[in-house]
Amino acid sequence: MSNNLQDKIETQEYIVNMGPQHPSTHGVLRLMVNLEGEIVKNVDPVVGYIHSGIEKMTESLAYPQIIHLTDRMDYLSAHMNNEAVALCIENALQVEVSDRVKVIRTLMAELQRLASHQLWWCVMGMDMGALTTFFYGLRDREMILDIFEETCGARLTLNYSTPGGVMFDLHPNFQKRVKEFTKYFRKVLPEYNQLLTGNVIFKERTVGLGPLSKEDAIAYGVTGPTGRASGFACDVRKHNPYSAYDRVQFNEILRTDGDTFGRYQARIDEMYESLNIIDQLIDNIPEGDYQAKMKGVIKLPEGEFYQRVETARGELGVYILSDGKKNPYRVKFRSPVFSNLWVLNHLIKGQKIADLVAVMSTLDLVIPDIDR
Amino acid sequence: MKALIQYISTILQGLLTLVKGMAVTGHYFFRPKLITTQQYPENRQTLKMFDRFRGEVIMPHDENNHHKCTGCGICEMNCPNGSIEIITKMIETPEGKKKKVIDKHIYHLGMCTLCNLCVKACPTGAIVMGQKFEHAVWDRTQLTKVLNQPGSELMKDVKE
Ligand code: SF4
Ligand code: SF4
Repeated sequence: MSNNLQDKIETQEYIVNMGPQHPSTHGVLRLMVNLEGEIVKNVDPVVGYIHSGIEKMTESLAYPQIIHLTDRMDYLSAHMNNEAVALCIENALQVEVSDRVKVIRTLMAELQRLASHQLWWCVMGMDMGALTTFFYGLRDREMILDIFEETCGARLTLNYSTPGGVMFDLHPNFQKRVKEFTKYFRKVLPEYNQLLTGNVIFKERTVGLGPLSKEDAIAYGVTGPTGRASGFACDVRKHNPYSAYDRVQFNEILRTDGDTFGRYQARIDEMYESLNIIDQLIDNIPEGDYQAKMKGVIKLPEGEFYQRVETARGELGVYILSDGKKNPYRVKFRSPVFSNLWVLNHLIKGQKIADLVAVMSTLDLVIPDIDR
Repeated sequence: MKALIQYISTILQGLLTLVKGMAVTGHYFFRPKLITTQQYPENRQTLKMFDRFRGEVIMPHDENNHHKCTGCGICEMNCPNGSIEIITKMIETPEGKKKKVIDKHIYHLGMCTLCNLCVKACPTGAIVMGQKFEHAVWDRTQLTKVLNQPGSELMKDVKE
């Protein structure tokens, strides 16, 4: 009887819009989800809701002015974005920056990476229903933001790198504060594991979910911790060192599992590596100028210039096409999150809709970086 | 039998991880000082921003209502989004020479991205970043400010 009844009830595929105003998409990302019951058949991301036209805007700005716009792409990796453009301009002009600038930039980049991963961790917990992590992660991030505020004058949109150097010299308190922070953070990082990593509910929901193979990671161009969790060795800091990364020892975190938990663990491990890098550099910051002498109006020679850096989410590429004027002819940003987003459909097909949020969290999406 | 033991041990291990997590939250529950960051509206009286904090662009004046702005317009050129407008006027100096001075240094706080480029570019150091950050107003016209005070003049020893 019951079997007959089930045959008679027709099921139907539904298209449900997740976003653009959905709290767990962390911004205005719209996902068109094809659902059959609870099973996700297909996910179609629709981007462009906060397209800000940064690439186009740069064409009418002078080179030093471009940098402050890149703060607003991936606002959680603002310093790395600034650094990428500054490095690209310096390469084009063949300006050699002092060792001090290199070390300052590397220190700031690693602090920024830590701050970004802290925010990712606490938001990931919140997406999975653990509100506690949200407060703990933000509390620790606050210390880094204070360090930024003291030296750079801003907490989020730093605009700290300039062509040929950095905006201000380090604040006299910088070293003391960073040392305090690393000491403190080494103590609380195990708490993160105690609170979330080992948690049975968290593990049940993440282990084995949405596996990504190394081949697929390469095919989709997935970089950053997301790609490295699948075994794709893509750390620009290691393979194409810039700034002061060639003078520090650190491990590239490579994992083989490639599932949601693997991506989570890769980021936690990266936090330890960032702490190591900071520890190696903080005691020997070389003396020197914090700003190389630059011309009043910066004009790049004609040609194409490319620079890549490792942001907290993956590989950021800056491509500048110059026709010799004081504005670039065309600027293109290869943003990591844009490439990482499109693997979502591949990861979530055939899974339950509740898992979509978990998978999306470990991709660590920042929407303005997708739309830019 | 074996399956049953395993089943029960998984449950117990799961419970143990929950207790471990609770230990962390419990630790902080009894030490609220360790978990709070800023009690913002309550600590308004004592809150002091860092001296490099970029809150708004201001133009300091001394006690004789003198500022350092020569009206050169370099800050206007360096601003990426047109937040600064410089309006100059011609005056006659006591020696009878014509001279260009600043009439209005107009600053649109509502458009400013607080990037610090104008402050860095100003050759005389006439503008600096202020520490005020509570900028909410009822009407957006209040966000357009004239930075040089009425009746103010250029300081004596500023090189042009
Ligand atoms: S504030 Fe400085 S840069 Fe701007 S017009 Fe005055 S002197 Fe020139
Ligand atoms: S801080 Fe930047 S955006 Fe604001 S007025 Fe100065 S140059 Fe313009």
